[in-house]
Amino acid sequence: MQIAWESFTPFASLAGGMLIGLAASWLLLLNGRIAGISGMLGGLVDRAGDWPLRLAFVLGLLAAPLVWRGLIGPLPVPQLGTPLPLLLLAGVLVGIGTRLAAGCTSGHGVCGLSRLSPRSLLATLSFMGSAALTVFVMRHLLGWN
Amino acid sequence: MAKLLSALLAGLLFGFGLLLSGMSNPAKVLGFLDVAGRWDPSLALVMAGAIAIAFFAFRRAERQTHALLGDPLQLPDKNRLTLRLVLGSLLFGLGWGLAGICPGPGLVLAGMALPAGWWFVAAMLLGMLLFRPLSRCLP
Repeated sequence: MQIAWESFTPFASLAGGMLIGLAASWLLLLNGRIAGISGMLGGLVDRAGDWPLRLAFVLGLLAAPLVWRGLIGPLPVPQLGTPLPLLLLAGVLVGIGTRLAAGCTSGHGVCGLSRLSPRSLLATLSFMGSAALTVFVMRHLLGWN
Repeated sequence: MAKLLSALLAGLLFGFGLLLSGMSNPAKVLGFLDVAGRWDPSLALVMAGAIAIAFFAFRRAERQTHALLGDPLQLPDKNRLTLRLVLGSLLFGLGWGLAGICPGPGLVLAGMALPAGWWFVAAMLLGMLLFRPLSRCLP
């Protein structure tokens, strides 16, 4: 295995992760809710009764880049290379899959693993494995990117 | 009102974490998932950092029935291992591996007013809408 040391960002990633953990702790201890993004969005799509709270959380996420620019400065620049048809397919798969599994990277990966849930461990291993396999097929078998 | 403001701030803080950590950069996410290529281990530290903090919050929460702002704690089941869980996670991973975007970063990219972010979020919401009719045909 080769490590891409030039792209490794241990401090920013660890600090960013801790912020994510803090946000999940906040929502849990103050609002009593799991900070699962797909669950919050899914409840909005299904018009769940507690939609105001879900909408508030989602709006916070959407507003984060704007507030970052106001408070901190220039935003980190994302690198996007996926062609549109593939991006749309990816979005649909993420939407269906996360609802079927009742959770995504945040709900299962962060919150579920934090509470030592066997269910979330199985989910996390499954999506990490399938995501890594997908990248392997795309990059190393099909030679994309 | 306090509850909504609290949820808004939690979302904002979560978004800051995604931006700072590199999770909102699809190329970096794909670099983490590409274990057979030149591997960028950064995102393992995102997970580790998040869990190291949230672990204590959940330990505290498991002993309570209500949150500080008065709502009952809503904690999902921990032990039900189902076919749906695995199948859904595999499909999610397939989508995540194709574009390097999961739901949270999708919203942050949309918030940056990037067309790719909007397209991804629109497709993801469509997938969530499709889930209900599809759900009846699944075990």
